[in-house]
Amino acid sequence: MIRKKIYDQLNIRAQCRKYGLPLWQCPQFLFVLMGIVIMIIIIVSFLIASRQIEDPQLVVLIVLFLSAVLIVIDYIIMHSFEKLAEVARAKMEFISVITHHLRSPITNIKYSLEALTSEELTEKDQEEYFRILRENTERTGDLINNILTVSRISLGTFKLRKEMISMANLVEETILGFKPLLGASNMTLEFEKEKGLPKIFSDPFCLKEVFRNLLDNAIRYQKNKGDIKLALRRQGKNIYFEISDSGVGIPEEDQKYIFQKFFRAKNALRYQTIGTGLGLYIVKEIITKMKGKVNFKSKENKGTTFWFTLPIK
Amino acid sequence: MKNILFIEDESALQRTIGDILKSKDYRVIKALDGESGLRSAKEERPDLILLDLILPRMDGFKVLKGLKTNEETKNIPVIILTNLEETEDIQKALELGATTYLVKSSYTLEEVVKKIEKALEE
Repeated sequence: MIRKKIYDQLNIRAQCRKYGLPLWQCPQFLFVLMGIVIMIIIIVSFLIASRQIEDPQLVVLIVLFLSAVLIVIDYIIMHSFEKLAEVARAKMEFISVITHHLRSPITNIKYSLEALTSEELTEKDQEEYFRILRENTERTGDLINNILTVSRISLGTFKLRKEMISMANLVEETILGFKPLLGASNMTLEFEKEKGLPKIFSDPFCLKEVFRNLLDNAIRYQKNKGDIKLALRRQGKNIYFEISDSGVGIPEEDQKYIFQKFFRAKNALRYQTIGTGLGLYIVKEIITKMKGKVNFKSKENKGTTFWFTLPIK
Repeated sequence: MKNILFIEDESALQRTIGDILKSKDYRVIKALDGESGLRSAKEERPDLILLDLILPRMDGFKVLKGLKTNEETKNIPVIILTNLEETEDIQKALELGATTYLVKSSYTLEEVVKKIEKALEE
């Protein structure tokens, strides 16, 4: 393992290829080059110093000390270069993943439009094509919202626009938006809310995005006909929200990565090919920004419960 | 009447492409994931298979490999219909024995149908 790691580090050509950078812009290559330059400087200075100073041991010590300092600085420079390259690579990957995800709904829209204009259709067929158009336009819109949120988060320009809101109303509005999908998948949904919950000062658009992502997951990763239960109650100085499903669950080995950008659990890929791996990342970022906590409990093939708390004041 | 097996998890595409094929007098057999697609291919022995690559349960490459390594299904022409367009993916699919490789977003419905008709004639 370690030997392979060292070998990989030394294989400069492969490292540079990973970032898609030419040799002269590649941090690893520059590091080695700087090392060689430093060594030459050391030898030259040693040659000069040995003629000037009587005590050669002192010269050796000075040179050793200087070279150690230089190597440390060099390493820091390389490391920051490496980070920059990694960020650039991640951005390219983000763009490529996103465009890929946008393609599917757009292809659906394109084909439906073509079918609508070219074929002789019954009214029922037309309705169906319009349904496809609506659904895929919404999918594109949701995806774009998610991309915008993620890019605002990574740019650091993500801001909350707070106002007094009722969480219960927001949950109900979100559920309403999912009615067609719920109906199509034969699921039951219960929403249990405590009476007399106080309003909170928060961002309604962001919270809706949180609810939408959580509910979307609960529906999509359902097994057969399942139940989804939502609960909203007061918990001390916080408002507590919970959503449980009886779906496919998250395998234990995947649980620690579930809030990471682009991560999708292995079994998620088996059941649904549509997800982007952005939803839960967004949920976590928004709730953390609102000074709340979010977590989950899950068992594979049994179901998952996501919950979060938000401070009332 | 010729049979076409359409392995695709997007129900919208099943609908649009499926409908236009039906209107041209083909019988379309639907499969919404890789596993059931491979099973249908063995049971129904269609004249042509339309195969997506990103599929639940079993991806399109595995399905293609399964089709081409089975005596009963290896001679059925397979058209890949996907949104993956990396050269590596295209090469891999063609090496595994796909007849044609189509990137969905670069073709119109009419063009896709023409490619299917051409593959059935050959």
